[in-house]
Amino acid sequence: MASSRLKRDYSITGPENKRAQERGLAAAEWYTSPIPRQRMKELMKRRNGPAIRDTMIWFGSLIILGIIAYQTWGTWWALPAFLAYGILYATPGDSRWHECGHGTAFKTPWMNEVVYQIASFMVLRSATPWRWSHARHHTDTIIVGRDPEIITERPPVWKIILMQIFHLYGGPVEIKRIILHVLGRLDQQEQEYIPASERQKTFWEARIYALILLGVLAACMYSQSILPAMYIFLPSFYGGIVVILFGITQHLGLHEDVLDHRLNTRTVYMNPIFRFLYWNMNYHTEHHMFPMVPYHALPQLHQEMKHDCPAASPSLAAALKEVITALIKQKENPAYVVERPLPDTARPYFFGINQEAEVHAAASTSDTAVS
Amino acid sequence: MTAKSWIEACAAEEIDVEDVIRFDFEDRTFAIYRTEDNMYYATDGFCTHERVHLATGLVMGNIIECPKHNGRFNIPTGAAKRRPACEALQTYPVKVEEGKVFIQIEEGSQT
Repeated sequence: MASSRLKRDYSITGPENKRAQERGLAAAEWYTSPIPRQRMKELMKRRNGPAIRDTMIWFGSLIILGIIAYQTWGTWWALPAFLAYGILYATPGDSRWHECGHGTAFKTPWMNEVVYQIASFMVLRSATPWRWSHARHHTDTIIVGRDPEIITERPPVWKIILMQIFHLYGGPVEIKRIILHVLGRLDQQEQEYIPASERQKTFWEARIYALILLGVLAACMYSQSILPAMYIFLPSFYGGIVVILFGITQHLGLHEDVLDHRLNTRTVYMNPIFRFLYWNMNYHTEHHMFPMVPYHALPQLHQEMKHDCPAASPSLAAALKEVITALIKQKENPAYVVERPLPDTARPYFFGINQEAEVHAAASTSDTAVS
Repeated sequence: MTAKSWIEACAAEEIDVEDVIRFDFEDRTFAIYRTEDNMYYATDGFCTHERVHLATGLVMGNIIECPKHNGRFNIPTGAAKRRPACEALQTYPVKVEEGKVFIQIEEGSQT
């Protein structure tokens, strides 16, 4: 079993796509924890207040840090000042892109759309293509050959993870895609999940991105300084460290090709500052199981379903340790996964249609761990 | 021309204001809504983006949001209002008589 997993093709245009469909893993029905309908309706309720407050804090802090960074330009103090600016630019940029893409952050639809468009540009993700990429990620979470948002394959490619500390893997890929979109073309992967009706919109968004980026370039040339780009464009690279640290805790080290988010998604307890930056996406199992619940209600949702889930990682450091240990083991044994026991109050794991025997066989022949 | 029939779906009080329930009839699935203005509507039971039950979604005013990908539809017209939902839902006439909700469907058609 382990040897059959050694060199799987993770592209969504390769043979694993068809294989996942044949195994009943594509667009399948996922396990959900039992929560009374009335309680779910309360949790799903939309509000503008929390997201307006958080957006004002975010942009207000960015302006303050931007002014401080400007005043330090030309001194060594500019390094920590811009690092702080970059982290505050990219990390909430990523989480606001995510939550507003779901349309759940604000009650008012246009507010979600405005913040989604701004955050998409900030983190260099083409708004429309990534909306469809993320929809596929939720349909087929960590299904090999179907999910375009798997950070790294098994065995892991360390080079990709390390490059992503400064967004040096995904960033250039996205710039290449933006250039293709400007020219009215999609790459091969995007053709798999972006419907024809959305393509013209994709191309026009890319042309707007390109105009803004050319404007930043012109400002740099005019001022003979990279300072303008330090505020727009470059922060998505030099501010990427926290984005990748948060991102690798979501699914890495856990099961692939299963239909139960308790098996392939990790919830992590984080401090209030991290939760503000991440907009509560540390409650990631909860988010995947019930993407209707807005970010501000995820802690309450966690309370409702934790009796049915494996224990949350106690901290970001603990989650990172678990992930990195698993990735090191997967380098030698790609079948290795972190097995997390369910509490006595939980329903059994649901691996998926025709998956039970295969996954248990893999577990019995591989070096699995109990966290 | 296919014959149309009124089918009893549920008791009117079974559906809360601003809520939706699932109704299965033969091999078909419908979603039946009661909106905030106390009107009853019926549509196909699955999102047109992917086969997800709308009955576990969220009713907001005259909008139903799909529970899986947050696509939205206008309940009275079935029109898609938010991606990834792009195709409209099929809607069905509804009447409430003697405390019961009836929907009118074409016999033999598939949902």
